[in-house]
Amino acid sequence: MSKDNRALIKQSLKRRNRAERNFQWFGKLGVALGLAAVVLLFVDIISKGSGAFRATYIQLEIEYDPEAIGILNVNDTEEFIFANWQNLAKKSLRDLFPEVAKRGERRKLNNLVSEGTGFDFRDQLTQNPSLWGTKETLWILADDDIDTYYKSWLDDDPFSARLTSEQIKWIDQLHSKGLIALKFNTKFFERGDSREPEQAGIKGALIGSFFTLILTLLMSFPMGVTAAIYLEEFAPKNKWTDLIEVNINNLAAVPSIIFGLLGLAIFINFFGIPRSIPVLGAIVLALMTLPTIIITSRAAIKSVPPSIREAALGVGASKFQTTLHHVLPLSLPGMLTGAIIGMARALGETAPLLMIGMVAFIVDIPGGFTDPATVLPVQIFLWIDSPERAFVEKTSAAIIILLSFLMGMNFVAVYLRKRLERRW
Amino acid sequence: MQISTLVLLLLLISVFAFYTSQNRSISVASKLGGIRSLPSLPSYYGAYSVLLTLIPVSIFLTIWISLDQIVIERLVVDKIPQEFVPSKSSDYDLMINRITSISEGIIYADSVLAWQLDAASLMQKFEAISRWSITVISILMAALCLYLATQKVSVNFNARPVVENVVERILLVSACVAIFTTIGIIFSVLFESIQFFQKVPFFDFVFGLEWSPQTAIREDQVGSSGSFGAVPLFVGTILISLVAMIIAVPIGLMSAIYLSEYASLNVRTIAKPALEILAGIPTVVYGFFAAITVAPVLRDFGESVGLDIASESALAAGAVMGIMIIPFISSIADDVISAVPQSMRDGSLAMGATRSETVKRVVIPAALPGIVGGILLAMSRAIGETMIVVMAAGLAANLTVNPLDAVTTVTVQIVTLLTGDQEFDSAKTLAAFALGLMLFVVTLILNIFALQIVKKYREQYE
Repeated sequence: MSKDNRALIKQSLKRRNRAERNFQWFGKLGVALGLAAVVLLFVDIISKGSGAFRATYIQLEIEYDPEAIGILNVNDTEEFIFANWQNLAKKSLRDLFPEVAKRGERRKLNNLVSEGTGFDFRDQLTQNPSLWGTKETLWILADDDIDTYYKSWLDDDPFSARLTSEQIKWIDQLHSKGLIALKFNTKFFERGDSREPEQAGIKGALIGSFFTLILTLLMSFPMGVTAAIYLEEFAPKNKWTDLIEVNINNLAAVPSIIFGLLGLAIFINFFGIPRSIPVLGAIVLALMTLPTIIITSRAAIKSVPPSIREAALGVGASKFQTTLHHVLPLSLPGMLTGAIIGMARALGETAPLLMIGMVAFIVDIPGGFTDPATVLPVQIFLWIDSPERAFVEKTSAAIIILLSFLMGMNFVAVYLRKRLERRW
Repeated sequence: MQISTLVLLLLLISVFAFYTSQNRSISVASKLGGIRSLPSLPSYYGAYSVLLTLIPVSIFLTIWISLDQIVIERLVVDKIPQEFVPSKSSDYDLMINRITSISEGIIYADSVLAWQLDAASLMQKFEAISRWSITVISILMAALCLYLATQKVSVNFNARPVVENVVERILLVSACVAIFTTIGIIFSVLFESIQFFQKVPFFDFVFGLEWSPQTAIREDQVGSSGSFGAVPLFVGTILISLVAMIIAVPIGLMSAIYLSEYASLNVRTIAKPALEILAGIPTVVYGFFAAITVAPVLRDFGESVGLDIASESALAAGAVMGIMIIPFISSIADDVISAVPQSMRDGSLAMGATRSETVKRVVIPAALPGIVGGILLAMSRAIGETMIVVMAAGLAANLTVNPLDAVTTVTVQIVTLLTGDQEFDSAKTLAAFALGLMLFVVTLILNIFALQIVKKYREQYE
C-alpha cells in the first residue's frame, strides 16, 4: 500500500470514527427521548391526580332540627322528599359566622359546603331516625371551588379566581381554628358520576367496566381460541382458509372507531339492542379484540412441537383427541396471556363506545349487564369535557386508577408467561 | 324466567345429559364385557348427548329472542285503532317507544291516553306469554333431545365421528366470525354511505373544500343548508398524522437500532419493556396529556417567542400521537432488524466498515422493506386514531397545512356527528358513515399493502 493511501485512510478514519460516535449518540438520544416521554407522562398525571384522593372537609356542628328544614312529622318519610336538607348545614355555618348578615354574603357563605350535602343528611336520617333532635360534629365535604382553592393555597400557589374576598377570609378563619382540613376522599370510590365535581365518583364507571369486560372475555376468548384451533389444526390449506387468515390480519389493524360504527348500524339500528348497556359494549369490544386473541392463540398453538402431535396420533388418538388432550393444554398459558393483553386493550378502549351511547351521563351505579352504564375510559373523557377546574384532578385520579388496573393485568400476563410457558 | 336463568338451567340439563349418557354407555358395555366392546369411549356418548341437547335449543332461543320483539310489536299495532297509527316511520317509532315505556312502567299510567294504555297492557300480556312459552318450549325441547340422545346409546352406534364432525363445524363457525365482522363492517358503512351519496354527490364530498355539516332542522330555516366537502378533513388528518410520523419515525427507528445493535443486554432488558409501556397506555390518557398539558405549554411557548399557536393546534395532537406510535415503530423495526442474518453484518465488519456504516449501508437497506411496511402500518394507525384528536384537535374545519393552526380530522367528525341524539336519516348523520367508509378503505389499503411487504420480506430471510 502506498504511503498516500495510508494517509488518506488515516484522514478518513477520524471522520468515520466521529460519524460512528454521532450515530451512537443519535441512538442513545432516541431511547432517551422515548423513555423521557414515559417518565413525563407518568409524572404529569400522578402530580395532577394525586390530589383527588384527598378532599377538603369543613368541620361543622350539625343540629338535626326537623323544624329548620320544614319537616312537621319526622316519621312521615314522604315529607323527606321536599324538605330543605341543605338548611342543616347552612344553619350551622350561620352559627359559625354570626356576623354575616347580608343576603348575598349569606349565599356565598352557604356555598362553602357541597350542594350535595343535604342528600347525605337525608340518607342518614332515613336510616337512623333516632338522630332527630341530637347534635353531631361532622366533617362536611366542601364545595369544589373551595377544595381547589384550599389545596392550591396549601401549596402556596392560591387559585382564587372563583372565590370572593369574603370567602377567602372565612377559609382563613376556619383554617386558623382547625375546622378545615384535607381528608381521604371516600366519596370518590363510593359514588357514580355527578355534575358537582366534589360529589363525583368512579364507582359507577368501575362497575360498568367490570360488567363490560367480563362479557367481553366470555365472548371473545372461547371464540378466539376455537377459531385459532380450527385454523391451526383442522383447516384445509385452500383459498378459503387463506381468505380467513388475511381477513383476520387486516381486521386487527382496522381503526377501533369503525367497530363503533358497526355496533351502531348493525346492533343498535338493525337488531334493536338498547344503547349504553354493557352487553352492547361487550359485543363491540369482543369483535374488536377477537383478531388479537386469534393471532396470539395461533402463535401459542404453533409453538407446540409437532412431535407431541405425532406421538399422540401414533398411539391411536384421533386428531380431535390429540388437539383436545395435548395441544390445547400445552398452549393454554400462551392463550391466556394473549387474552389478558386483549382484555387490557378492551379496558382502555374509548372510541367505539362513544358511538354506541356509552357516553351518557349516568349517576346510578349499574346493577347488571343490561343497566345503562359507562366505563372508566369514557368517564375520563366525560370529565375532561367538563368545564369545572376541579374535574382535571378527578380525571387524573381516574387515569391513575385505570393505569394501575392495566399495569396489574400486564404484570399478571408477564408472570403467567414466565411461569407457565414451556420452552421446547 | 329471566333469559340468564334459563340459559343456566339449560347448561345444567346438559351436564346432566353428559353424565346420564356416559353412565348408560358404561352400563350397556358392562353387560358385554367392559367398555372395550363399545365403538367409542363413554365420554363421547356423553358429549353426543350434550351436543344434541344444546344445539337445537340454542338455535331455537336465538331465533325466538331476535324475533319476539318484532312479532309482539306487530301484534300490538294490529290492535291499535287505525286512526292512531302514524304513517311516518319516525312518528311510528316514537309511538312504539312510548308504548314500550308505559308497559315497562317508565312512564306513569296517569299521563297517557286510553288507547296507549290498552296497547301497553296488551304488550305486557304478550311479553309474559312470550317469556312463558320460551321457558316451557326450550325446557321441553331439551328434555326430548336428552331422551333421544340417551336412547341412541348402544354398541351399534359410534358416537365419536359424529361428535368430532359437529365440533369441527362449530370451530369453523368461530373462525368465520371474523369474516362476518368484516362483512358487517362493510355493510354498515356502505349502506348508509350510499344513502348519503344520494343526497350529496360523491364528487362534492371527495373534492369539496368546505365542511360545515349543520343541516336545517326545519325546512323553513335559513342559512344552514350544510356543505359536505371533506377535503379539509382529509388534509387535517394527513397533517396530524405527518406530524406524528415526523416525531415517531426517527425516535422509534433510532431506538430500535440502538437497542438491537449497540445496547448491552442489561440496557436492552430494561429499556425495551419500558418503551413498550407507551404502547399499553390507553389513547384517552394520551388525549388528556395532549389537551391538558402539551397544548397549553406549546401555546405559552408560542406566545413567548411571538408565534401564534392555536390552543387546539395540529402540532400538539400530532406530537402526542407521535409519542403513542414510537413503540409501534420501534418494535416492528426491532423485529425486522434482528431478522437480518448475522452473516451480512459479519461480512461488512470484516471488510473494515465501522458499526454505524454496517448499520447504514447493510442492515438498513436489507431491512428496508420491513421498515417501510412498519411505517405504513403506523401511518394507518395514526389516521384511524380517534381519542387523541377528539380531545386535543379542534372541530373547526380549516383548510390549512400550517401545523400551528387548529384542524379537524375524519375521526373527530365521525365522533361529533354521531354522539348525542340524532335523526338517523339526516345527511349529517349519514355523512359520518361516508367518512367511516373513507377511513375504512384507506386504512384497509394501507394495511394490505404493508402486510404484504412485511410478509414478502420475512420470506426472503427464512
